[in-house]
Amino acid sequence: MNMLLWNLFDCVLALLALVLGWRVVSSHDLKRAVVLFIAFGLLMSLIWARLAAPDLALAEAAIGAGLTGALLLSALRQQPASSESPVRSLMDVYGSLVLVLVLGGVMAWALFAAPGMVQGSSSNNPIYLQLEQSGVSNPVTAVLLNFRAYDTLLEIAVLFCVAIGVLAFGRERQHVMPAGPLLGVLMRVLVPLLVVMSSYLLWVGAHAPGGAFQAGAVLAAAGILLHLGGMPTLGMPGPLNLRWLLIAGLACFLLVGLATMLNGASFLTYPQAWTSVLILLIETGAVLSIAATLVLAYRGGGAPLDQPQGEGSHEERL
Amino acid sequence: MLSATLIYGLSGLGLFVVGLYGALRPESLLARVLAVNVSSAGVFLMLVALAYRGNDQLPDPLPHALVLTGLVVAISATALALVLERRLREWGDD
Repeated sequence: MNMLLWNLFDCVLALLALVLGWRVVSSHDLKRAVVLFIAFGLLMSLIWARLAAPDLALAEAAIGAGLTGALLLSALRQQPASSESPVRSLMDVYGSLVLVLVLGGVMAWALFAAPGMVQGSSSNNPIYLQLEQSGVSNPVTAVLLNFRAYDTLLEIAVLFCVAIGVLAFGRERQHVMPAGPLLGVLMRVLVPLLVVMSSYLLWVGAHAPGGAFQAGAVLAAAGILLHLGGMPTLGMPGPLNLRWLLIAGLACFLLVGLATMLNGASFLTYPQAWTSVLILLIETGAVLSIAATLVLAYRGGGAPLDQPQGEGSHEERL
Repeated sequence: MLSATLIYGLSGLGLFVVGLYGALRPESLLARVLAVNVSSAGVFLMLVALAYRGNDQLPDPLPHALVLTGLVVAISATALALVLERRLREWGDD
Protein backbone atom coordinates (compact mmCIF):
# COMPACT_ATOMS: atom_id res chain seq x y z
CA MET A 1 0.00 0.00 0.00
CA ASN A 2 2.84 2.33 0.93
CA MET A 3 4.61 1.50 -2.33
CA LEU A 4 1.43 2.20 -4.27
CA LEU A 5 1.15 5.66 -2.69
CA TRP A 6 4.74 6.43 -3.62
CA ASN A 7 4.09 5.32 -7.19
CA LEU A 8 0.99 7.48 -7.39
CA PHE A 9 2.93 10.48 -6.09
CA ASP A 10 5.73 9.80 -8.60
CA CYS A 11 3.27 9.54 -11.48
CA VAL A 12 1.64 12.85 -10.55
CA LEU A 13 5.00 14.66 -10.32
CA ALA A 14 6.37 13.14 -13.53
CA LEU A 15 3.20 13.85 -15.48
CA LEU A 16 3.05 17.40 -14.15
CA ALA A 17 6.64 18.01 -15.30
CA LEU A 18 5.84 16.62 -18.74
CA VAL A 19 2.68 18.70 -19.12
CA LEU A 20 4.39 21.89 -17.90
CA GLY A 21 7.32 21.28 -20.28
CA TRP A 22 4.89 20.79 -23.14
CA ARG A 23 3.01 23.96 -22.24
CA VAL A 24 6.28 25.95 -22.14
CA VAL A 25 7.18 24.76 -25.61
CA SER A 26 3.73 24.99 -27.17
CA SER A 27 2.70 28.35 -25.71
CA HIS A 28 2.45 31.11 -28.33
CA ASP A 29 2.59 33.88 -25.75
CA LEU A 30 6.22 34.37 -24.73
CA LYS A 31 5.36 35.95 -21.38
CA ARG A 32 3.22 32.98 -20.48
CA ALA A 33 5.99 30.59 -21.59
CA VAL A 34 8.57 32.29 -19.36
CA VAL A 35 6.33 32.25 -16.29
CA LEU A 36 5.49 28.59 -16.94
CA PHE A 37 9.21 27.88 -17.26
CA ILE A 38 9.85 29.36 -13.80
CA ALA A 39 7.12 27.12 -12.39
CA PHE A 40 8.71 24.23 -14.27
CA GLY A 41 12.03 24.98 -12.53
CA LEU A 42 10.38 24.85 -9.10
CA LEU A 43 8.73 21.55 -10.00
CA MET A 44 12.08 20.13 -11.09
CA SER A 45 13.51 21.19 -7.75
CA LEU A 46 10.75 19.19 -6.03
CA ILE A 47 11.55 16.18 -8.22
CA TRP A 48 15.26 16.36 -7.33
CA ALA A 49 14.31 16.33 -3.66
CA ARG A 50 12.10 13.26 -4.26
CA LEU A 51 14.92 11.47 -6.10
CA ALA A 52 17.27 11.88 -3.09
CA ALA A 53 19.37 14.63 -4.72
CA PRO A 54 19.20 17.53 -2.23
CA ASP A 55 22.28 19.23 -3.75
CA LEU A 56 20.44 19.42 -7.05
CA ALA A 57 17.23 20.61 -5.41
CA LEU A 58 19.11 23.54 -3.83
CA ALA A 59 20.90 24.39 -7.07
CA GLU A 60 17.74 24.17 -9.17
CA ALA A 61 15.75 26.36 -6.79
CA ALA A 62 18.47 29.04 -6.93
CA ILE A 63 19.58 28.68 -10.57
CA GLY A 64 16.81 27.01 -12.54
CA ALA A 65 13.87 28.81 -11.01
CA GLY A 66 15.49 31.99 -9.64
CA LEU A 67 18.31 33.24 -11.84
CA THR A 68 17.12 31.81 -15.17
CA GLY A 69 13.74 33.38 -14.41
CA ALA A 70 15.32 36.79 -13.78
CA LEU A 71 17.37 36.54 -16.98
CA LEU A 72 14.41 35.46 -19.09
CA LEU A 73 12.05 38.07 -17.63
CA SER A 74 14.51 40.87 -18.36
CA ALA A 75 15.04 39.52 -21.89
CA LEU A 76 11.27 39.39 -22.29
CA ARG A 77 10.90 43.11 -21.64
CA GLN A 78 12.82 43.97 -24.79
CA GLN A 79 11.07 41.47 -27.04
CA PRO A 80 9.23 42.99 -29.99
CA ALA A 81 5.49 42.38 -30.21
CA SER A 82 4.97 38.79 -31.30
CA SER A 83 5.12 38.42 -35.03
CA GLU A 84 3.45 35.66 -37.01
CA SER A 85 5.72 32.65 -37.21
CA PRO A 86 6.51 31.85 -40.84
CA VAL A 87 4.64 28.98 -42.46
CA ARG A 88 6.78 25.90 -42.82
CA SER A 89 6.87 23.54 -45.71
CA LEU A 90 5.59 19.99 -45.09
CA MET A 91 9.08 18.72 -45.86
CA ASP A 92 10.49 20.86 -43.06
CA VAL A 93 7.96 19.59 -40.51
CA TYR A 94 8.53 15.94 -41.39
CA GLY A 95 12.29 16.44 -41.44
CA SER A 96 12.39 17.78 -37.89
CA LEU A 97 9.88 15.13 -36.73
CA VAL A 98 12.09 12.35 -38.08
CA LEU A 99 15.17 13.88 -36.46
CA VAL A 100 13.37 14.19 -33.10
CA LEU A 101 12.08 10.61 -33.26
CA VAL A 102 15.50 9.20 -34.14
CA LEU A 103 17.24 11.10 -31.32
CA GLY A 104 14.40 10.19 -28.94
CA GLY A 105 14.82 6.53 -29.90
CA VAL A 106 18.54 6.70 -29.17
CA MET A 107 17.81 8.27 -25.78
CA ALA A 108 15.21 5.58 -25.00
CA TRP A 109 17.78 2.92 -25.85
CA ALA A 110 20.27 4.66 -23.55
CA LEU A 111 17.66 4.77 -20.76
CA PHE A 112 16.84 1.07 -20.92
CA ALA A 113 20.26 -0.29 -21.82
CA ALA A 114 22.59 2.02 -19.91
CA PRO A 115 25.37 -0.42 -19.03
CA GLY A 116 26.18 -0.84 -15.36
CA MET A 117 24.07 2.06 -14.16
CA VAL A 118 20.79 0.45 -13.27
CA GLN A 119 21.77 -2.69 -11.39
CA GLY A 120 24.63 -1.23 -9.31
CA SER A 121 24.18 -1.25 -5.56
CA SER A 122 25.43 1.59 -3.39
CA SER A 123 27.33 -0.67 -0.98
CA ASN A 124 30.06 -1.37 -3.54
CA ASN A 125 30.04 2.05 -5.20
CA PRO A 126 33.71 3.14 -5.37
CA ILE A 127 32.74 6.74 -4.51
CA TYR A 128 31.36 5.72 -1.11
CA LEU A 129 34.29 3.36 -0.52
CA GLN A 130 36.87 6.12 -1.18
CA LEU A 131 34.92 8.92 0.53
CA GLU A 132 37.14 8.80 3.64
CA GLN A 133 40.19 9.87 1.63
CA SER A 134 38.47 12.70 -0.25
CA GLY A 135 38.74 15.33 2.50
CA VAL A 136 34.98 16.02 2.52
CA SER A 137 32.05 13.88 3.54
CA ASN A 138 29.45 15.12 1.04
CA PRO A 139 29.80 12.60 -1.83
CA VAL A 140 28.70 15.11 -4.51
CA THR A 141 31.32 17.66 -3.41
CA ALA A 142 33.88 14.85 -3.29
CA VAL A 143 33.11 13.93 -6.92
CA LEU A 144 33.07 17.55 -8.06
CA LEU A 145 36.29 18.73 -6.43
CA ASN A 146 38.35 15.62 -5.88
CA PHE A 147 37.48 12.52 -7.91
CA ARG A 148 36.46 14.37 -11.05
CA ALA A 149 38.01 17.78 -10.48
CA TYR A 150 38.87 18.07 -14.19
CA ASP A 151 35.15 18.32 -15.02
CA THR A 152 34.71 21.18 -12.61
CA LEU A 153 37.87 22.92 -13.82
CA LEU A 154 36.56 22.84 -17.38
CA GLU A 155 33.15 24.03 -16.21
CA ILE A 156 34.73 27.06 -14.55
CA ALA A 157 36.55 27.64 -17.84
CA VAL A 158 33.19 27.54 -19.67
CA LEU A 159 31.86 30.14 -17.23
CA PHE A 160 34.89 32.31 -17.94
CA CYS A 161 34.29 32.05 -21.71
CA VAL A 162 30.67 33.11 -21.14
CA ALA A 163 31.90 36.12 -19.13
CA ILE A 164 34.20 37.12 -22.02
CA GLY A 165 31.34 36.69 -24.48
CA VAL A 166 28.99 38.84 -22.40
CA LEU A 167 31.66 41.53 -21.97
CA ALA A 168 32.37 41.54 -25.71
CA PHE A 169 28.82 41.44 -27.06
CA GLY A 170 26.63 42.71 -24.27
CA ARG A 171 25.58 46.26 -23.86
CA GLU A 172 24.87 47.81 -20.47
CA ARG A 173 21.20 47.58 -19.57
CA GLN A 174 19.77 51.07 -19.15
CA HIS A 175 16.68 52.16 -17.19
CA VAL A 176 17.74 51.33 -13.67
CA MET A 177 15.02 52.58 -11.37
CA PRO A 178 15.85 53.69 -7.82
CA ALA A 179 14.31 51.39 -5.22
CA GLY A 180 10.87 52.28 -3.89
CA PRO A 181 10.29 52.16 -0.12
CA LEU A 182 9.17 48.54 -0.14
CA LEU A 183 12.06 47.28 -2.28
CA GLY A 184 14.43 49.37 -0.15
CA VAL A 185 13.36 47.58 3.02
CA LEU A 186 13.46 44.24 1.24
CA MET A 187 17.00 44.93 0.07
CA ARG A 188 18.18 45.96 3.51
CA VAL A 189 16.86 42.71 4.96
CA LEU A 190 17.53 40.29 2.13
CA VAL A 191 20.99 41.24 0.86
CA PRO A 192 22.88 40.64 4.13
CA LEU A 193 20.84 37.48 4.63
CA LEU A 194 21.76 36.24 1.15
CA VAL A 195 25.46 36.95 1.72
CA VAL A 196 25.40 35.02 5.02
CA MET A 197 23.38 32.22 3.39
CA SER A 198 25.92 31.99 0.58
CA SER A 199 28.85 31.69 2.99
CA TYR A 200 26.93 29.07 4.95
CA LEU A 201 26.23 27.02 1.82
CA LEU A 202 29.90 27.22 0.85
CA TRP A 203 31.05 26.03 4.29
CA VAL A 204 28.43 23.36 4.81
CA GLY A 205 29.02 21.89 1.33
CA ALA A 206 31.92 19.85 2.71
CA HIS A 207 29.69 17.58 4.77
CA ALA A 208 26.05 18.27 3.85
CA PRO A 209 24.04 19.37 0.78
CA GLY A 210 25.42 22.67 -0.48
CA GLY A 211 28.62 23.79 -2.14
CA ALA A 212 30.18 26.26 -4.51
CA PHE A 213 27.47 26.34 -7.18
CA GLN A 214 24.59 26.88 -4.81
CA ALA A 215 26.57 29.49 -2.86
CA GLY A 216 27.54 31.30 -6.08
CA ALA A 217 23.95 31.36 -7.28
CA VAL A 218 22.69 32.78 -3.96
CA LEU A 219 25.41 35.46 -4.00
CA ALA A 220 24.48 36.32 -7.58
CA ALA A 221 20.86 36.71 -6.46
CA ALA A 222 22.04 39.33 -3.93
CA GLY A 223 23.90 41.17 -6.72
CA ILE A 224 20.89 41.12 -9.02
CA LEU A 225 18.64 42.37 -6.22
CA LEU A 226 20.99 45.32 -5.66
CA HIS A 227 21.05 46.00 -9.40
CA LEU A 228 17.24 45.90 -9.53
CA GLY A 229 17.12 48.38 -6.67
CA GLY A 230 19.13 50.92 -8.64
CA MET A 231 22.51 50.37 -7.00
CA PRO A 232 24.54 48.98 -9.88
CA THR A 233 27.88 49.96 -8.37
CA LEU A 234 27.12 48.04 -5.20
CA GLY A 235 25.76 45.12 -7.15
CA MET A 236 28.88 44.99 -9.27
CA PRO A 237 32.44 46.10 -8.57
CA GLY A 238 34.29 48.42 -10.96
CA PRO A 239 35.90 47.12 -14.16
CA LEU A 240 39.27 46.27 -12.61
CA ASN A 241 37.90 44.47 -9.54
CA LEU A 242 35.36 42.76 -11.75
CA ARG A 243 38.16 41.20 -13.77
CA TRP A 244 39.79 39.87 -10.63
CA LEU A 245 36.48 38.33 -9.56
CA LEU A 246 35.84 36.78 -12.96
CA ILE A 247 39.27 35.16 -13.04
CA ALA A 248 39.30 34.13 -9.34
CA GLY A 249 37.76 30.68 -9.81
CA LEU A 250 39.89 29.61 -12.75
CA ALA A 251 43.05 31.11 -11.19
CA CYS A 252 42.56 29.34 -7.83
CA PHE A 253 41.91 26.05 -9.59
CA LEU A 254 44.93 26.26 -11.89
CA LEU A 255 47.27 27.50 -9.16
CA VAL A 256 46.27 24.63 -6.89
CA GLY A 257 46.78 22.24 -9.80
CA LEU A 258 50.23 23.64 -10.52
CA ALA A 259 51.14 23.57 -6.83
CA THR A 260 50.25 19.87 -6.63
CA MET A 261 52.47 19.25 -9.66
CA LEU A 262 55.37 21.16 -8.06
CA ASN A 263 54.79 19.00 -5.00
CA GLY A 264 55.57 15.96 -7.11
CA ALA A 265 52.06 14.56 -7.56
CA SER A 266 50.03 14.69 -10.76
CA PHE A 267 47.77 17.63 -11.68
CA LEU A 268 45.07 18.19 -9.00
CA THR A 269 46.12 15.23 -6.86
CA TYR A 270 45.97 16.85 -3.44
CA PRO A 271 48.34 15.87 -0.61
CA GLN A 272 46.30 13.98 2.00
CA ALA A 273 46.79 16.46 4.85
CA TRP A 274 45.80 19.50 2.78
CA THR A 275 42.78 18.15 0.92
CA SER A 276 40.01 19.93 2.87
CA VAL A 277 41.82 23.28 2.83
CA LEU A 278 42.59 23.14 -0.89
CA ILE A 279 39.01 22.15 -1.74
CA LEU A 280 37.68 25.07 0.30
CA LEU A 281 40.14 27.45 -1.42
CA ILE A 282 39.06 26.33 -4.89
CA GLU A 283 35.40 26.54 -3.92
CA THR A 284 35.79 30.08 -2.56
CA GLY A 285 37.31 31.22 -5.85
CA ALA A 286 34.58 29.42 -7.78
CA VAL A 287 31.82 31.10 -5.72
CA LEU A 288 33.20 34.56 -6.51
CA SER A 289 33.56 33.81 -10.22
CA ILE A 290 30.14 32.19 -10.55
CA ALA A 291 28.41 35.07 -8.79
CA ALA A 292 30.29 37.72 -10.80
CA THR A 293 29.58 35.98 -14.12
CA LEU A 294 25.88 35.56 -13.41
CA VAL A 295 25.40 39.18 -12.28
CA LEU A 296 27.37 40.32 -15.32
CA ALA A 297 25.12 38.23 -17.56
CA TYR A 298 22.03 39.78 -15.97
CA ARG A 299 23.40 43.31 -16.23
CA GLY A 300 24.27 42.73 -19.87
CA GLY A 301 27.99 43.46 -19.85
CA GLY A 302 29.87 46.62 -20.67
CA ALA A 303 30.88 49.36 -18.28
CA PRO A 304 28.88 50.46 -15.23
CA LEU A 305 26.30 53.18 -15.81
CA ASP A 306 28.26 56.13 -14.49
CA GLN A 307 31.37 55.34 -16.52
CA PRO A 308 32.23 57.54 -19.51
CA GLN A 309 31.96 55.90 -22.93
CA GLY A 310 35.75 55.58 -23.20
CA GLU A 311 35.76 53.04 -20.41
CA GLY A 312 33.31 50.89 -22.32
CA SER A 313 35.70 50.31 -25.21
CA HIS A 314 38.47 49.68 -22.71
CA GLU A 315 36.30 47.02 -21.14
CA GLU A 316 35.68 45.33 -24.44
CA ARG A 317 39.36 44.73 -24.98
CA LEU A 318 39.33 42.10 -22.23
CA MET B 1 14.38 -1.44 -12.90
CA LEU B 2 12.79 0.48 -10.03
CA SER B 3 9.38 1.89 -10.76
CA ALA B 4 10.49 5.41 -9.75
CA THR B 5 13.43 5.19 -12.17
CA LEU B 6 11.06 4.08 -14.91
CA ILE B 7 8.45 6.79 -14.22
CA TYR B 8 10.89 9.69 -14.02
CA GLY B 9 13.09 8.30 -16.79
CA LEU B 10 10.14 8.19 -19.19
CA SER B 11 9.10 11.70 -18.11
CA GLY B 12 12.65 12.89 -18.82
CA LEU B 13 12.60 11.20 -22.20
CA GLY B 14 9.33 12.94 -23.02
CA LEU B 15 10.71 16.31 -21.96
CA PHE B 16 13.82 15.77 -24.09
CA VAL B 17 11.74 14.97 -27.18
CA VAL B 18 9.26 17.82 -26.61
CA GLY B 19 12.05 20.36 -26.01
CA LEU B 20 14.00 19.22 -29.05
CA TYR B 21 10.92 19.49 -31.26
CA GLY B 22 10.25 22.98 -29.91
CA ALA B 23 13.83 24.07 -30.54
CA LEU B 24 13.56 23.08 -34.21
CA ARG B 25 10.49 25.21 -34.89
CA PRO B 26 10.89 28.60 -36.59
CA GLU B 27 9.64 30.52 -33.56
CA SER B 28 11.35 33.53 -32.00
CA LEU B 29 14.84 32.91 -30.63
CA LEU B 30 13.69 33.35 -27.01
CA ALA B 31 11.07 30.61 -27.44
CA ARG B 32 13.72 28.30 -28.85
CA VAL B 33 16.12 29.03 -25.98
CA LEU B 34 13.28 28.07 -23.61
CA ALA B 35 12.70 24.85 -25.56
CA VAL B 36 16.39 23.90 -25.39
CA ASN B 37 16.24 24.45 -21.62
CA VAL B 38 13.23 22.13 -21.34
CA SER B 39 15.13 19.55 -23.38
CA SER B 40 18.20 19.75 -21.14
CA ALA B 41 15.98 19.41 -18.06
CA GLY B 42 14.74 16.17 -19.62
CA VAL B 43 18.29 14.83 -19.97
CA PHE B 44 19.05 15.80 -16.36
CA LEU B 45 15.90 14.02 -15.20
CA MET B 46 16.91 10.82 -17.00
CA LEU B 47 20.38 10.90 -15.41
CA VAL B 48 19.08 11.51 -11.89
CA ALA B 49 16.38 8.85 -12.32
CA LEU B 50 19.10 6.34 -13.25
CA ALA B 51 21.11 7.37 -10.16
CA TYR B 52 18.17 6.64 -7.83
CA ARG B 53 18.48 3.40 -5.87
CA GLY B 54 15.26 3.29 -3.88
CA ASN B 55 14.28 4.70 -0.51
CA ASP B 56 16.50 2.39 1.52
CA GLN B 57 19.76 2.98 -0.36
CA LEU B 58 22.00 5.96 -1.04
CA PRO B 59 21.85 7.23 -4.63
CA ASP B 60 24.83 7.20 -6.98
CA PRO B 61 26.47 10.64 -6.52
CA LEU B 62 28.29 10.64 -9.86
CA PRO B 63 25.29 11.54 -12.06
CA HIS B 64 24.30 14.13 -9.42
CA ALA B 65 27.68 15.84 -9.82
CA LEU B 66 27.36 15.71 -13.61
CA VAL B 67 23.89 17.25 -13.49
CA LEU B 68 25.03 19.96 -11.04
CA THR B 69 27.77 20.88 -13.52
CA GLY B 70 25.20 20.73 -16.30
CA LEU B 71 22.81 23.09 -14.50
CA VAL B 72 25.49 25.78 -14.20
CA VAL B 73 26.64 25.32 -17.80
CA ALA B 74 22.99 25.46 -18.96
CA ILE B 75 22.34 28.80 -17.28
CA SER B 76 25.63 30.24 -18.60
CA ALA B 77 24.79 29.11 -22.13
CA THR B 78 21.28 30.58 -21.74
CA ALA B 79 22.74 33.89 -20.57
CA LEU B 80 25.14 34.03 -23.52
CA ALA B 81 22.34 33.11 -25.93
CA LEU B 82 20.15 35.92 -24.55
CA VAL B 83 23.01 38.46 -24.88
CA LEU B 84 23.65 37.37 -28.46
CA GLU B 85 19.94 37.46 -29.26
CA ARG B 86 19.71 41.02 -27.96
CA ARG B 87 22.74 42.08 -29.97
CA LEU B 88 21.33 40.45 -33.11
CA ARG B 89 18.06 42.34 -32.68
CA GLU B 90 19.88 45.64 -32.16
CA TRP B 91 21.86 45.07 -35.35
CA GLY B 92 18.67 44.14 -37.16
CA ASP B 93 17.09 47.45 -36.11
CA ASP B 94 19.97 49.58 -37.39
